[in-house]
Amino acid sequence: MIRALRSLAAPLVVLLCWEATCRFAHVSPAILPPPSQVARKWIEYLRGGELAADALSTLFRVAVGFALGAGLALPLGLWMGARDRVYTVFNPLIQVLRPIPPIAWIPLSILWFGLGNPPSFFLIALGAFFPVLMNTIAGVRNVDAIYLRVAQNLGASSATLFRRVLLPGAMPQILAGLRIGVGVAFICVIVAEMIAVNNGLGYRILEAREYFWSDKIIAGMITIGLIGLVIDTGMARLNDRLLRWHRGIESA
Amino acid sequence: MPEPKDQAPVVRLRGVRKQFGPDTTAASGQPIHALDGIDLDVHQGELVCLLGPSGCGKSTLLNVIAGFVKPDAGTVEAFGRPVVAPGPERAMVFQEYALFPWMTVSENIAFGLEIKKAPAAQVRETVEALLAKLSLRGFGDRFPKDLSGGMRQRVAIARALAVDSPMLLMDEPFGALDALTRRSMQEELLRIWGELRKTIVFVTHGIDESVVLADRVVVMTYRPGTVKRIVEVGLPRPRQPASPGFAAVLAELTALVQEEQMRHERDEASAGAI
Ligand SMILES: Nc1ncnc2c1ncn2[C@@H]1O[C@H](COP(=O)(O)OP(=O)(O)OP(=O)(O)O)[C@@H](O)[C@H]1O
Ligand SMILES: [Mg+2]
Repeated sequence: MIRALRSLAAPLVVLLCWEATCRFAHVSPAILPPPSQVARKWIEYLRGGELAADALSTLFRVAVGFALGAGLALPLGLWMGARDRVYTVFNPLIQVLRPIPPIAWIPLSILWFGLGNPPSFFLIALGAFFPVLMNTIAGVRNVDAIYLRVAQNLGASSATLFRRVLLPGAMPQILAGLRIGVGVAFICVIVAEMIAVNNGLGYRILEAREYFWSDKIIAGMITIGLIGLVIDTGMARLNDRLLRWHRGIESA
Repeated sequence: MPEPKDQAPVVRLRGVRKQFGPDTTAASGQPIHALDGIDLDVHQGELVCLLGPSGCGKSTLLNVIAGFVKPDAGTVEAFGRPVVAPGPERAMVFQEYALFPWMTVSENIAFGLEIKKAPAAQVRETVEALLAKLSLRGFGDRFPKDLSGGMRQRVAIARALAVDSPMLLMDEPFGALDALTRRSMQEELLRIWGELRKTIVFVTHGIDESVVLADRVVVMTYRPGTVKRIVEVGLPRPRQPASPGFAAVLAELTALVQEEQMRHERDEASAGAI
């Protein structure tokens, strides 16, 4: 209870200062509307059903794009982590592609996929791909050799070694990669929506700017923030559940 | 106990040499002669201790027998066949325990049987028996992170015992235990050994521990790691520090180890002086 109050303190102070600034400093509401006005707008946005529709299309894009990106990165990362030769083959290519920000792929993705959902899926998948891949590779490669020795000593086949030793040993880092991947996917979806489609939260805040509806811009931004928070909390829960055995800083 | 010498040894090492490095990070850049010219026979049912100062190559020698380290020269045979890879007939208890942190205590102990695809009922029975035998009852569902160092070590021993292999390779398995627990674990090991007639190679740097346990003590030299002397203990069991003859063997071994320690320190000092 006290913890909950404590974590609410900072947002409340920010809101109060914001409201006070707008009221007493006569800031134009077109530049910075007070939080009370944003809240009213947010409720209006919600009541009309537009908010739910936007949020759902954004979430749908994140889900598809993330599933594609992580779905490719996970098996490839496991394979590369477990087999040195595979690592040597793919690593140079990955090292060249990885530093290119997903945003830089926008022109090509529109040339290739046109407008609409496909280029968004592509960008989101790309954004999620690399963090998941890099963390999975590192996770597998960092599994302490002593565990492999124990398993070999007990006569484990390479399938058992993979399933019972490499995979669980790499799991903390794989989950960390997935969590980062979701975050990047979320950034990418907003960017993609500003460019390639005409619905979703990213599109909506850009559209609101055309009409100088700064209250709606902020309402959209706050929605993005809240959805991000919910997703990340969900990932953290999953983490805790799968890693009950793990002695990390977080669980200590 | 005296072994019939006509029986073939279960472990047979001849001229085993192992060198690490040269270590490019060390100032000297010299290779480390971890093992040199090791000849050793271990007979069926024997309990042999490897004794020597830290860094003399005890773990390396055990790893050679286990099949984890390939010697640069010499031959290694176990059960009459050359050692080419690790295998469950030479179950190892690692110096670092190496419990799988993602498995519960029971799952850790059962892992070797899981690999063998033993029937579930048998696995459960074996695990229960080992939990009881090693005073781990009630801890089966805990994860290793929740255990004390001594308990982890006992789980590691249970995991090696679960596969019921004819040979146990144990690398300072009681090193992290307090004196009392160590005493009872030594008794427990001797009981298991007497009951199951396993061949045990046991690494220790505890001189008294080697006298309590061993049929024969292999005293090693430091860099290169060679066999300095093999001492037959030959005292009746159970052995206690107060038993007749114990002190004499202890003194003999202590003298050998100290001699080696001093030679090593002198070498260090003269190396440092350069
Ligand atoms: N993989 C390796 N690479 C390089 N040097 C090694 C390696 N393994 C062992 N050594 C060196 O070989 C020597 C013998 O090591 P080993 O671990 O066998 O000693 P030990 O007798 O078991 O020591 P301790 O009692 O401290 O466990 C040491 O000097 C060590 O530094
Ligand atoms: Mg050692």
